[in-house]
Amino acid sequence: MIHRTARISPFWSGLTLATALYLLLLLGMLGSLATYTTPAHLWSALGSREIRYSTGLSLLSATTSALLALLLAVPVGYLLSRAQFRGKSWLDAALDIPIVLPPMVVGMCLLTFFQTPVGKTIERVIPFTYAVPGIVLAQFVIGAAFAVRTMRNVFDHLSSRPEDVAMTLGCSRGQAAWLVTLPAARRGMLAAFSVAWARSLGEFGPILVFAGLTRLKTEVLPTSIFIELGAGHLEAAIAVSLLLVALALVVLVAVRILGERL
Amino acid sequence: MIQLESITWQAGDFRLEDIDFSIPTGSYGVLMGRTGSGKTTLLEIICGLRRPAAGWVRIGDRDVTAEPPATRGIGYVPQDGALFPTMSVREQLGFALQVRQRAPAEIAQRVDQLATELGLTALLDRLPYHLSGGERQRVALGRALAAQPKVLLLDEPLSAIDEELRDDLAALLRRVQREHGVTALHITHSRVEADLLADVLFRLANGRVIETPLAGP
Repeated sequence: MIHRTARISPFWSGLTLATALYLLLLLGMLGSLATYTTPAHLWSALGSREIRYSTGLSLLSATTSALLALLLAVPVGYLLSRAQFRGKSWLDAALDIPIVLPPMVVGMCLLTFFQTPVGKTIERVIPFTYAVPGIVLAQFVIGAAFAVRTMRNVFDHLSSRPEDVAMTLGCSRGQAAWLVTLPAARRGMLAAFSVAWARSLGEFGPILVFAGLTRLKTEVLPTSIFIELGAGHLEAAIAVSLLLVALALVVLVAVRILGERL
Repeated sequence: MIQLESITWQAGDFRLEDIDFSIPTGSYGVLMGRTGSGKTTLLEIICGLRRPAAGWVRIGDRDVTAEPPATRGIGYVPQDGALFPTMSVREQLGFALQVRQRAPAEIAQRVDQLATELGLTALLDRLPYHLSGGERQRVALGRALAAQPKVLLLDEPLSAIDEELRDDLAALLRRVQREHGVTALHITHSRVEADLLADVLFRLANGRVIETPLAGP
């Protein structure tokens, strides 16, 4: 006879408790940020010229760098997933470098690269160091690594069989990938874009080192928090933090809704 | 005709060596072998999806060994159908002609013809996700036949089908092969399927292919 009195085992209770504690910590953090100051103060802080500039630049640079990251991630992810070649595991590991390096070090690498003869030649065409393109580049370097990883997983989960069939039906390998696999990977592409976008929006270390902190020039939202905190404007720093939280949540929900429609 | 001559293929410890066999034009050939014996590899070599280390593949009177899959004039039906996940049945059936940039009216006519022949008319606007195993295989068969290939290569087409539908699909395969006048190579591990369908029967074991007598009537 089965006893109906449900008794949760210590094992499941332990797991539930750990999850609940972590969730409480997250909610506590966000709640304290949201209730630290009054809406009027927040609104006035967000209305400042500098914050409006950094919001615009953050949205523009994160969107540009995420699009560039996706453009790179689709072919590289496809190569890593479908092709077998010597040195593949080394390439795979090398592409993770931006993920494992401390962000400040990524900034230092970019800074020193643009002091080399090759870097200086590039700068004569597009100035990157301490300039807006530098922000996009710093965000792209890290966002692309995450986007590549995401796209590789997406292609790994899509069978190569339909592509094989498409080739027997008259397609070249490129046509088969374009007509059969890419349409099937559209949700994954959206996920890769949003991961890169979220990373780019929150990027701070490499931007601080490589693009600097010039107000109304190379200021993005994370650097605004740093500047406002340094100047003792706690409310402005909180307002920008809340704006970043709100943007992250909007993207999370939008991606979920869009992903279901695709 | 499908002809393999001195085909050798190796991956790690696995080796197929000096494979020779041929299926006469218009015949239904069945290649039997256990799981892991290399049947699918041989089929992929004929498709051009794998390149043999040595040997020749001939389709009709052409040596296609160095040709890409696209120009070999084959229809390929993989084990699970491998339908294109985002395309409707109509788009799958029209795919080969679409790639060849045929006129829309010609594509529509061919799609209707195949759908009628394979009992897919009511399913034309469905996506693969909403099809049963038998329906998927019929779509994969129609998709493979759309560009009127000379040969039809079938990789265990009945293995994912419910028992009661298996005979119906086997009869359909036989009818379609005769009506379209294609040379077929069907691979399977089932002797029952082989007896039901084969004009010529081969067995693949220990890296070799041997022609096997058909079961008597």
